[in-house]
Amino acid sequence: MSQSYNRGLIEDFGRWREFSAGMWAWVFHKFTGWVLVGYLFTHIAVLSTALQSPDAYTTTIQTLEGLLVVRILEVGLLAVAVFHILNGLRLLFVDLGVGLESQDKSFYASLLLTGAIVVASVPTFLAGVFG
Amino acid sequence: MSTQLPEQVEEESSAAEAEPTSAAQERRLEKKRQRAEEKERQRQAEEAEKALDEEDTYHLKVFRYDPEIAGKKEPRFDDFHVPYHKGMTVLDALMYARDTYDSSLTFRHSCRQAICGSDAMFVNGSQRLCCKTQLSDLEEPVRIEPLPHAEVVKDLVVDMEHFYDQMEAVEPYFQTNELPEGELEEQHQTRENREKVKMSTRCIWCGACMSSCNIAAGDNQYLGPAALNKAYRFTMDEREGEDMKQQRLEILEQEHGVWRCQTQFSCTEVCPKDIPLTEHIQELKREAVKNNLKFW
Repeated sequence: MSQSYNRGLIEDFGRWREFSAGMWAWVFHKFTGWVLVGYLFTHIAVLSTALQSPDAYTTTIQTLEGLLVVRILEVGLLAVAVFHILNGLRLLFVDLGVGLESQDKSFYASLLLTGAIVVASVPTFLAGVFG
Repeated sequence: MSTQLPEQVEEESSAAEAEPTSAAQERRLEKKRQRAEEKERQRQAEEAEKALDEEDTYHLKVFRYDPEIAGKKEPRFDDFHVPYHKGMTVLDALMYARDTYDSSLTFRHSCRQAICGSDAMFVNGSQRLCCKTQLSDLEEPVRIEPLPHAEVVKDLVVDMEHFYDQMEAVEPYFQTNELPEGELEEQHQTRENREKVKMSTRCIWCGACMSSCNIAAGDNQYLGPAALNKAYRFTMDEREGEDMKQQRLEILEQEHGVWRCQTQFSCTEVCPKDIPLTEHIQELKREAVKNNLKFW
């Protein structure tokens, strides 16, 4: 509803400190979703412009993989994708009406699991960058 | 003074043995009661004084706004320091502030026992029923604001008209085409069916859920958690019959019905009657899908 005056931060994202688990899950799910859509288009754009010859493709990929930023972004991409998948599973259960009392716990679990998987992936993704 | 009291009582009790008539006894008891009452009053007064002295008060920051008075058109926060007593609720504190400091402080309240649903407010960043919220559970200063996502009429009073419109939109009353045989026959519900709708019947129309809902804030046509919960209560009631259920689902399936819910669980979080609102909305979604999906 429209306000007759500005009531300050109670109306918007400024309330983030008061967000509960379910709200954070929603915010993160939206955010990761858009990041994945963005990545998808970048992915298609980069690869389709590197298709003139096998050599061009290899050089493009090698150049990209040689950049530290790209390596770090890959870790970020994994984090985003894993969270989106796990929270998607959580939402599937919510839609099925299973375990709605522990929806906050399943959100924290998906966060923890995302963290663990991302940390475990760091050696693989960053192998050779600092060497 | 108080150290002398026990002696007096003893004197009197020995006098009572000498004077056996019940009239005298009653007189004495009456006196005793009066003394006790006076003492209690004194104690309370002292306690209130002590509380004020020792700063055993709660600091309230209350939203103030009055569009009808030029000087109060600009929203502001007023500070009140209310003497605390054990078991004091936010509503008690507001009433104390109004009765003692500023009689123009405006807010809705009625039953004071979480049944009428008049005093849902935004307390310390969350929609709460003031009469059900203990001050001791809150951090100071206690910030009291009118419900977000609603037009403020004055101070803590918001316009509930839109909320009521949404509630009425789902036809929140029992209707059926299947009446029992005899004219005076009662229409019974099975125990299982009653259990199913039990939680949804607890709604007191306070509007806390609607105010907490992010989607309802952005989409004025969205029915909102309270209305959907009401709809759940009747859609799931077996006595209403199949055709009535169909009619109800048609209302719920619309664009601004159940499908707007994005399971943020905000409504479930704030509901003062602990109604599992999201669960009910999700179940209605499944009903709607089952209603439209046919594999044959």
